[in-house]
Amino acid sequence: MLKKRIIPCLDVKDGRTVKGVNFVNIKDAGDAVELASRYVAEGADELVFLDITATIERRKTLVSLVENVARAINIPFTVGGGINSLKDVEAIINAGADKISINTAAVKNPGLITEIANRFGSQCVVVAIDTGFAENTWKVFINGGRTPTSIDTVEWAKRAEDAGAGEILLTSMTADGTRSGFSIGITKKIVESVNIPVIASGGAGSKEDIRDVFLHTGCSAALAASIFHYGEIKIYELKKYLSQFNIPVR
Amino acid sequence: MIAILKYNAGNIKSVINALARAGHEAIITDSKEELVRADKVIIPGVGHAGQAMKYLKERGLDRVILSLKQPVLGICLGLQLMCISSEEDNTECLGIFNSKVRKFPPLQVVPHMGWNNFISIYGKLFDGLKESDDMYYVHSYYAETGESTVAVCEYILPFSAAMQKDNFYATQFHPEKSGDKGEKVLRNFLSL
Repeated sequence: MLKKRIIPCLDVKDGRTVKGVNFVNIKDAGDAVELASRYVAEGADELVFLDITATIERRKTLVSLVENVARAINIPFTVGGGINSLKDVEAIINAGADKISINTAAVKNPGLITEIANRFGSQCVVVAIDTGFAENTWKVFINGGRTPTSIDTVEWAKRAEDAGAGEILLTSMTADGTRSGFSIGITKKIVESVNIPVIASGGAGSKEDIRDVFLHTGCSAALAASIFHYGEIKIYELKKYLSQFNIPVR
Repeated sequence: MIAILKYNAGNIKSVINALARAGHEAIITDSKEELVRADKVIIPGVGHAGQAMKYLKERGLDRVILSLKQPVLGICLGLQLMCISSEEDNTECLGIFNSKVRKFPPLQVVPHMGWNNFISIYGKLFDGLKESDDMYYVHSYYAETGESTVAVCEYILPFSAAMQKDNFYATQFHPEKSGDKGEKVLRNFLSL
């Protein structure tokens, strides 16, 4: 049976992880490769690296990070953050990433999804959608969730699928960082509207939250950052918990 | 020396990295001499069947592959190219395995993406592995089960997770991306 995926997300800046970590035995808490390896050993099914570097040296440091990660780990990983051209994608894929995620650039230029899919295959294009509840409807937000647009989230997810997206990474801005649980309603709606895998993100604060998003939405994967970073929930413990509810996990 | 077939399909970095972790160096080549001389040949593949076969045929690499006598491993699209034909771009393939490649009916999410276990496994590639071991898959087309099927996985329907005929081996899953269990499959191939 196909398993539900648990995906830790690592925020990186200048090649180092930025959120606090309190894993024991990690020599350098900011070392992205060491943290990634730790997650793999704990049973992560995939990893996502979100680059928030804003300097002009960005691409160089990111490519070297991707090369180091690819050498060290043996599960798939996605790289996102500020990718806005086929050239960016090429550099990251050639460095060894399995997938890239695009967000604002895809909203501004949906043709980019098709270009990447044609060049590298749909399986490597994750379209990340930040969604927020505004004026009684779920709208797409861009620029790291700071800027609302008038685009309907469900419509955008369908368009992204048609354009060649291989997966949707849906982050609820309403829930993100609150640790009060995923936004079940919109996640379910997106899962029912597209026929590609949907990764739920934003709001995970407990094992129960992750259980609920799987039980109530049909999503393929759940992504979380802080609950794993701070070591509150170990991935293997989470999986043991989920399996008690007949949620298939590796 | 391990030769990785160079063609216009996808990212081969992860295969090179996995071989390095297993202590093997590899060359990436489309030279007939180098392919024939290699101890093992790997045909990786993420991409489209039509484009890949066209590329191989234009360079005569289809005939080179069929003439190889050493162990050959096809991965993902590599497996599908070794079948008779593929519904993807209505492509005539290499015909090593007597199975056809079809598109998954859209009864569930397609692609089949993520970790899945086996219904059955058989043979040297799976020494030390269990049917409950999960491997990482990402594909929208599958090879029907047939006489060359040595492992079966189920998603929407049962399909060939691995195939073998003579010196030709192939996996639909990505052993280079399937954690320690996947690396075990790769090492089993390398020690053939």
